Amino acid sequence: MSTIEFTAVQHRYGDRVVLDQIDLQLTERRIGIVGANGSGKSTLARMINGLVEPTSGTVTVDGLDTVRQGRQVRQQVGFVFTDPDNQIVMPTVAEDIAFSLRKSGLSKTEIHSRVEDSLVRFGLAGHADHPTHLLSGGQKQLLALAAVLIRRPAVIVADEPTTLLDRRNARMVSELISLLDEQVVLVTHHLNLLTGFDRVLLIDEGRLVADGSPAEITMRYEAMLG
Amino acid sequence: MSIIGLYTPGNSVLHRMSAGSKLACMLVGMIALVALQQIWQLGLAAAVVGAGFVVAGIPGRLIWRQLRPLRWLLLLIAVLQVVLAGWVTAVMVCGGLLISLAIAALVTLTTRVTDILDVCQRLLRPLARLGVDPDRVGLVLAMTIRCIPLLTGIVDQVSQARKARGLGFSLVALVVPVVVRALRTADAMGDALIARGVDD
Repeated sequence: MSTIEFTAVQHRYGDRVVLDQIDLQLTERRIGIVGANGSGKSTLARMINGLVEPTSGTVTVDGLDTVRQGRQVRQQVGFVFTDPDNQIVMPTVAEDIAFSLRKSGLSKTEIHSRVEDSLVRFGLAGHADHPTHLLSGGQKQLLALAAVLIRRPAVIVADEPTTLLDRRNARMVSELISLLDEQVVLVTHHLNLLTGFDRVLLIDEGRLVADGSPAEITMRYEAMLG
Repeated sequence: MSIIGLYTPGNSVLHRMSAGSKLACMLVGMIALVALQQIWQLGLAAAVVGAGFVVAGIPGRLIWRQLRPLRWLLLLIAVLQVVLAGWVTAVMVCGGLLISLAIAALVTLTTRVTDILDVCQRLLRPLARLGVDPDRVGLVLAMTIRCIPLLTGIVDQVSQARKARGLGFSLVALVVPVVVRALRTADAMGDALIARGVDD
């Protein structure tokens, strides 16, 4: 597993401190991040692949600095957003997955073969030439995952990937995430998704307030929410 | 429904033809249409394009869906041409436009967007010496096509929200939230492009 390290991280938007005094070393296979809206959990997740730069402190992935070596970090860390519509670039399903490999140096045949495998793996085999905007919410999120995973990253950071989905689609996406071999950092409000996770972080008002097993953190979080 | 981005899978001669050849044929065909003088020549051109749709196995409803959005514009042009230049000119102008649109539709229905973008990027490569990045231009074109249904969706949602609040039609009530949401979406898409390694 990769080692994700936060050292004395602080992040501000203007005068507002969004994250403060974050010191963490994450090496587990399944890591959950929970917290109320505006707690800073998404900012924390975005720092892992350099989408947000810390105002002070450093974030590294296997020793690579997410600010200075952002490109290398992003090759290693894939990111799944809450709204898959923002992540889909191409007009059809197969083209969007292939888009992730356009600078990979692979031949067209190899790209085609990998895309075909990916379509099968994510249950999108019958939708290769389907317009992406006509997919269901669940299918769009599966496509977003497929497009990230085809680059074979070591770490997947997923920022509330089931929030916009209905229960059926949310279950489908979460089951798929649970089966991934890759290291996963999952930001979620759905505490049931954290069952079986190795470690869960609770963020509140920009600070890490608890760090433990899913059962411990779920109890603490529910108590905090009242 | 968008005019573009409706690739219809198939294995016809037209589907297998390279995107570059199809785009070249489209260009030649459109130039030839301008040169036509007689209605029978226009009829022949229409028959050739019609045969193209048959060969490609494109269903009639899809052809209609491609041409339908422009029916009122064509009607307006036809009325103006009849009044100003006579019915023969009206048939030649509107027929030429309609066939041109049908040719463009035939190309987009039988060609993947990525293949069209590859051709654009190849054509732009000589401009790299002048600082033009063909990959970036290709990406912009792809994003433009992708954003059409996305923006249509935003306009639709904002219109529904306005109706749900019991408000009548107001340009401000439509434009302001649409622009705000479009900018937010653009921001989020920018993040997603970075995360997908566009700058790698």
